[in-house]
Amino acid sequence: MDAAGSGPGAERPLRAGPLWLLAELTYRCPLHCAFCYNPLDYTAYGPELATDEWLRVLREARALGAVQLGLSGGEPLLRDDVAILVAEARRLGFYTNLITSGVGLDTKRIRAFADAGLDHIQLSFQDSTRELNDFLSSTRTFDLKLRVARLIKEHGYPMVLNVVLHRLNIDHVEQILQMAEALGAEYVELANTQYYGWGFLNRDRLLPTREQLARAEAATQRFRDRVGNRIRVFFVVPDYYEKRPKPCMNGWGSVFLTVAPDGTALPCHAARMLPGLAFPNVREVSLRAAWHDSEGFNRYRGDAWMRQPCRTCPEKTRDFGGCRCQAYLLSGDAANADPVCDLSPHHDVVVRAIANAQTASVGVSPIEFRDDRNSRRLRSSDPLLSQ
Amino acid sequence: MPGEAGVVAHDVLEIAPIFRLQFEEAQAAWVLLYPEGMVKLSASAGEIMRRIDGVRSADALIRDLQSAFPGADLADDVLEFLEEAHGRGWIRTRR
Repeated sequence: MDAAGSGPGAERPLRAGPLWLLAELTYRCPLHCAFCYNPLDYTAYGPELATDEWLRVLREARALGAVQLGLSGGEPLLRDDVAILVAEARRLGFYTNLITSGVGLDTKRIRAFADAGLDHIQLSFQDSTRELNDFLSSTRTFDLKLRVARLIKEHGYPMVLNVVLHRLNIDHVEQILQMAEALGAEYVELANTQYYGWGFLNRDRLLPTREQLARAEAATQRFRDRVGNRIRVFFVVPDYYEKRPKPCMNGWGSVFLTVAPDGTALPCHAARMLPGLAFPNVREVSLRAAWHDSEGFNRYRGDAWMRQPCRTCPEKTRDFGGCRCQAYLLSGDAANADPVCDLSPHHDVVVRAIANAQTASVGVSPIEFRDDRNSRRLRSSDPLLSQ
Repeated sequence: MPGEAGVVAHDVLEIAPIFRLQFEEAQAAWVLLYPEGMVKLSASAGEIMRRIDGVRSADALIRDLQSAFPGADLADDVLEFLEEAHGRGWIRTRR
């Protein structure tokens, strides 16, 4: 960082607070999805915030201007204080989104959430078939998810289905959309895997081919043409197939704030893997200080940190140089341009990953499921974690 | 399909149930909140939307706006906005 007190950047800019608070209530999860973006070493992090600490986080975030709240994880329903947090969030004026696998949601709890003022439940499916859903999550949860979907509908919530796409299920997009329609969904998110955490570990088994992607996009378009605006379908492409990077988090420390289960405040849910960057903990500092004054949030704000080709690129105000975590994972340095950009000197890494996806077969190496045993093993052996 | 008939003056209007309208101090604006998203409304859009209560017709709403902001003929602009809001699914009609 530049020394404080000199130059035009020395005064604190008039900066807005976050609009989004993602509260990752726990890293514990009954599912073991191979594409999970949680950190590989999630078993290494200390005790979860207590209910009172989360209530303070909610109040401080709302005072900063945050208005959208995501309750996520792991599986947030593994905590028994979710209704308490929802009630306080509603009182504060948050729009509250529960992001869940459905495991742990029953009639009694969904009623309690409705009474507390929960606005929306996003339910994940792994596939339209029981076989693949249960394989990918390494659990028997497909029938449970169908029951939960009906429960959500019965209680008058907007139905938002989220399905993470990858090589193993992307050919089922048509059936997935038919399932969503049959369940009465208002929104469907077909979100291609983002390659962080466990998703990155399994990338060569998960990245779809270009042909698969084209077929899935065509199937999505046919569905949109048929149902009109009755069901909104968001199709998130895998950014490896783009020529320009995504405007990750709409810019570092711009609108998005994550609080991890142990209280670490982060500019995005993947950022804690970046080496040499300290992030504040809400047990030690206020959320206001974390957002405005911490090195972790200030390091990649604005564009003073950028190198070429970003520094002089006219598109830097649109994509902010892409994703810092992806820059680190693919080029070894988070301050580089996101290698997804075809102007990046490291773009060949992405080209090779795509070429590999066209030829690799699923059987080449086994999928690593996200579970405590694998996390502990990877903590002691994986070079990604020992850097 | 609902929505294609558009908005006419005697329609009673309500905010579509998937949306929540509220005033945000931090942004000094009315916002429409929906699953994982938000629309920040302009000052005039906010003045129109805050009057949509599931009871009044478009006509009554225009009269109310006309008395709150006298001196301009607002009817066409308001109806145009209501059409757009309807097309975006923010509001629906109860006939």
